[in-house]
Amino acid sequence: MRHDKMTSSAGAHTAQPVADRLERLIACPVCDVVYTVPTVESQDRAVCARCHTVLIAPRRKAGKRLIALALTVLILIVAATVFPFLAIDARGLHRDASVLQTAFAFSGAMSVLSVAVLFFIVVIPATRLALLIYVLAPLIRDRPPARWAQQAFRLSEALIPWSMAEIFALGCAVALVKLSDLADVVFGPAAWLFAALVVIVVVTDRLMCRYSIWKSLEN
Amino acid sequence: MEITGELKTAREMGLVGCTRCTRVSPAGTARCPRCGSVLRSRDPMTLQKVWAWWLVGLGCYAPANLYPMLETRTMTGTQSDTIIGGAVDLAQHGNWGVAIIILIASVLIPVGKFVALAGLAIGVRRGPQLSDKRRHLLYEVVDYIGRWSMIDVFVVAILSSLVQLQALASITPGRASLFFALSVIFTMLSAQAFDSRLIWDTGRREDMPGRAGRADHRRREPTA
Repeated sequence: MRHDKMTSSAGAHTAQPVADRLERLIACPVCDVVYTVPTVESQDRAVCARCHTVLIAPRRKAGKRLIALALTVLILIVAATVFPFLAIDARGLHRDASVLQTAFAFSGAMSVLSVAVLFFIVVIPATRLALLIYVLAPLIRDRPPARWAQQAFRLSEALIPWSMAEIFALGCAVALVKLSDLADVVFGPAAWLFAALVVIVVVTDRLMCRYSIWKSLEN
Repeated sequence: MEITGELKTAREMGLVGCTRCTRVSPAGTARCPRCGSVLRSRDPMTLQKVWAWWLVGLGCYAPANLYPMLETRTMTGTQSDTIIGGAVDLAQHGNWGVAIIILIASVLIPVGKFVALAGLAIGVRRGPQLSDKRRHLLYEVVDYIGRWSMIDVFVVAILSSLVQLQALASITPGRASLFFALSVIFTMLSAQAFDSRLIWDTGRREDMPGRAGRADHRRREPTA
């Protein structure tokens, strides 16, 4: 991957109208350095020269691919919720657990945690992707942005740190290790769905160019 | 690292950048014209928010270590394990590898997060001990690792839903898991409340919230 170092905006002041000039600037969200927006080819990236945050990373047909991936993840989440992901056998006793059962492992005063677990691994990831699809669907067909698209995309972005499906997937692996000397543990169908989900979530994040999406929402 | 031209921040140019969509607006603009986010050149409340969440987080982390995380009922009796107790138990049974992993993931990393966040906040207020780049790296790591601490809670949930083998063995979540989850959530909120742009402002006194014109000797040479 090529890294396009950004050029500073310090010398970019010409006699243009202010609004027009601001349109062509970009501020690094992490360290506040301002650059003039460079032309970034598909597959290239524009990286902040000071803190190395990726600012612009357009990908060809990113919108269509993002929608496809988001739909896949949505289906995977629903399926992974109801199927068992781990099963144990010990002295003739068999027991398996699905995400729904796991979320309701906490009872009494701890049931707050049930709700939180269900939100972190099902509700929030699903909401985030549904919002993303809602925002991108009109854009890939060259239609004007959907109503409330800006708010929807802002919420979808804010939900990212709280969407923890991939962390749960790793938790399955840890639980498997912990139980392995106590009983025979096997992965259920949902475990493989979660494994696929982890990969797709990473690919989705790599495809997302926030700058390009915001730019198309503005028009 | 090669830098082309002198780097100027939006604040120095009399502008304000949107942290959500990177759009640049004239200073004093209330909301971003592109994405509608509230615009602040530097959040004046950032340190208060960081410390508030940090304190609540620490307040939850203490009981998370004192109460049992798991209660295991087997045919030989009931055993309640705290996080550290469980690791010590494993170590005594010769399971050093797993014990060390648990200690790193559930003790060292959470404690490290508290120390790092406090260090970042103190660095903004008192003048930093580390270079901008080091502190930026620290911030990135804390921000990235924060959510992964939730894995402990998920493992407890998985174990207690899976290990329900009637008389043979059963595991129920202990009170510590709730406090641990809350502690993770609050430290995440604390890290999110930190305005990372303050890390790079160290040479520029007037940008610091709550301290005007002190410690001018710490002025940093502009990168050129």
